[in-house]
Amino acid sequence: MKRSLKELFREWDADRFDLSVSGSVPQKERPSPLPPERYDVIPELEETIMRRFHRVVPVLTFLLGLTLSLFLIMTVLELPAFGSSDSPVFNEVFTRYVQDGTEETGAVNTVAGVILDYRAFDTLGETHVLYTALVAVLILLLGFEKTDPGIRTPGYEVIRQDPVLTTCAKLVIPCVVIYGLYIICNGHLGPGGGFCGGTVIGSALILAALAFGFDSVERFVNYRTIRVVLVIALCFYSLSKGYSFFCGANGIESGIRPGTPGRIFSAGLILPLNAAVGVVVSCTMYSLYSVFRRGRL
Amino acid sequence: MSFASFNFPLFSIILALVCSAVSSVLRRKAARILSLCLCLTVAVLSFTLCSVCVRMGGRMDFLMGHYPHPWGNELRFGPLEPFFAGMFSLIMLLSILGGEQQLLRDLPMQRQNYYYVMTDLILVSILALCYSNDLFTGYVFIEICTISSCGILMIREIDRTTLASVRYMIFSLIGSGLFLLGLILLYGITGHLLMPNLLDSVRSVWASGGYRLPLLSSAALITIGLGVKSGLFPFHYWMPDTYGAATASSSAILSGLVSKGYIFFLIKIVHRVFGVEMFYASGIANILFVLGLAGMVVGSVYAMREENIFRMIAFSSAAQIGYIYMGIGISPQLGITACMFHMLAHAVTKPMLFLSAAQLQSCTGKRTVKELRGSARKHPLAGAVFIVGSLSMIGFPATMGFVCKYYFAVAAFAASAGRMIPALIILALSTCLNAVYFGRSIISVLTPGTDADLRRVRVRDNVPFAVSGIMLSALNLLWGLNPKFLYNLIDLGRELL
Repeated sequence: MKRSLKELFREWDADRFDLSVSGSVPQKERPSPLPPERYDVIPELEETIMRRFHRVVPVLTFLLGLTLSLFLIMTVLELPAFGSSDSPVFNEVFTRYVQDGTEETGAVNTVAGVILDYRAFDTLGETHVLYTALVAVLILLLGFEKTDPGIRTPGYEVIRQDPVLTTCAKLVIPCVVIYGLYIICNGHLGPGGGFCGGTVIGSALILAALAFGFDSVERFVNYRTIRVVLVIALCFYSLSKGYSFFCGANGIESGIRPGTPGRIFSAGLILPLNAAVGVVVSCTMYSLYSVFRRGRL
Repeated sequence: MSFASFNFPLFSIILALVCSAVSSVLRRKAARILSLCLCLTVAVLSFTLCSVCVRMGGRMDFLMGHYPHPWGNELRFGPLEPFFAGMFSLIMLLSILGGEQQLLRDLPMQRQNYYYVMTDLILVSILALCYSNDLFTGYVFIEICTISSCGILMIREIDRTTLASVRYMIFSLIGSGLFLLGLILLYGITGHLLMPNLLDSVRSVWASGGYRLPLLSSAALITIGLGVKSGLFPFHYWMPDTYGAATASSSAILSGLVSKGYIFFLIKIVHRVFGVEMFYASGIANILFVLGLAGMVVGSVYAMREENIFRMIAFSSAAQIGYIYMGIGISPQLGITACMFHMLAHAVTKPMLFLSAAQLQSCTGKRTVKELRGSARKHPLAGAVFIVGSLSMIGFPATMGFVCKYYFAVAAFAASAGRMIPALIILALSTCLNAVYFGRSIISVLTPGTDADLRRVRVRDNVPFAVSGIMLSALNLLWGLNPKFLYNLIDLGRELL
């Protein structure tokens, strides 16, 4: 039975939305611990009122959206012009980052210096946002035993031994991995860093899974290794940065030096932190793909 | 001692981050013990720091790294921030402890360690929201809090939690989005992200009269964004499903801590970013006042009509959040102090109600107010905790609920007539409505039931719940009978905020 969007919305609004609405997607069946419940009984009068109310809702929503967008457009028009030199953004913060950044942090790439040294606490949180998202997806989709199918797209197991694909993948994957490592290791010297390098390595893993099948990737990247590697990377990140914060706040000599800017082993903690971020990002990328594709890691 | 204890916020945050990462490879039981130990440690550290700060009577900027503001991240704390952090971690400890029975029943076995990963991450983000002196750090940890709140909600795999978490996520993301927009506008007109510098810039921009519209819309967006996330009246629609469908510990954590964390951050923003003068001159406080009043009535009316006891408690949360925002709206001194007192009262009381209602529900197997008849006789301890919590929600003397209603009334009398009269009328009306629906449930659980064959539950059948229920009730009664200490602490902390 095909239902219109409006009907679906109305059901959703009245808490009667049937989750199995798109019949083509196989639902993962888990025994629900309690029998399904029906909470609300809406009296007839209220139903009539609500029906009339729903007729007005689109109009009201449109008007509200229009007012808000006009308001925001007016706000934006009053903001300082983008890139103009008298904008308040160009203040002492900007000046110090650009002029003294390399000397203070040892990173030629000012962005790396800002995110991993000046404002490192933000980035520590940002890395954990990825981890939180990964755990949330695992909670939702992960099936554990091989018999537990999880939510999977049918046909993922079929490995087409396409010679073009496998040959190209064999040629491309090493290059992609090396390029990703280069981006991570070069994060403090030029554009790059853990977040983008990790994404590149993660895409190499996904490509390998597509070309050779999950089973061959599972030999070296599986549920166990991903969890262990993630924990080690995150703990290393938190503890090393915690040590650096502790030393900075108490005025203790930390022994972490900026080194000679431009060398590969310079910029103190930035290189190892970039590596940790790279590990977290690549694991997250591959795990998200794997869990969405076949319901397990 | 005092020197070392200033590092406690850093230790708590790093410890919680490490625990959250380690919990993902542990088994259920180990993860649970780790999580409980973490909450206990953080609570002890925070209360120690709080006592040090009270003795010093000052506040302190703590560098997160080597660079002071405006260049690097910072934490800032007076007496209030560690006290709230300690209370939040204590209540999280008691919530996890008290809901163990439901956690075992509701959660898929192999995934239970992920539950504790999520609670640890919620603890991290609430700690960061309490301590951070940086608006953008606040945003990052709001993100973590959003995702992990959805996590502890949807880990109970029934259809209603899936629906509820979709709805919660939509509302929550709208809130985060509005907050981020406001943050971007503010950065565009000031060029700062650290709170002390933002306050200076906002003051000079406000005095010069330039950028009036961007400043106002930034303040409005940030306030409404956090309001949506904490369940301010017209945006309270996610509450009944979220709190009503989640497992008991999750409901307690979400209603008791997560929404309070956002409100605490908002109060910090009012004091440290916009400045009290600008915030109250701009009229945003008036909007909060009106929305708070509306929420107090509407939440209670919905709760009165609700049959399901969890949804009833959840709707009452909407009303209580209304009280808190009304407090912010009344006045910057007495009003905000009363509102913080109410935040604590609600954070202590709501977990009591959710945990004890879950106990009553699991001993009878029913969840409507009518069908729970006589359940307090079958499970006397849960019944007692439920009754103390309900009386506190109504505002019965000797409970925290009474004290904060008293302080709201004091704040209202000190305000102008335009605020005093509506505030007092709605306060009285809302108290009556609270009395109607909580009174009804108290009577229902006490009336002798028909099914005599139910086994009587004894205290030693569920020791964790007994510990947490008794602790929470004791806290509630202790501060209800002796509120002066808490009030003075909050007042001192508010002045140093």
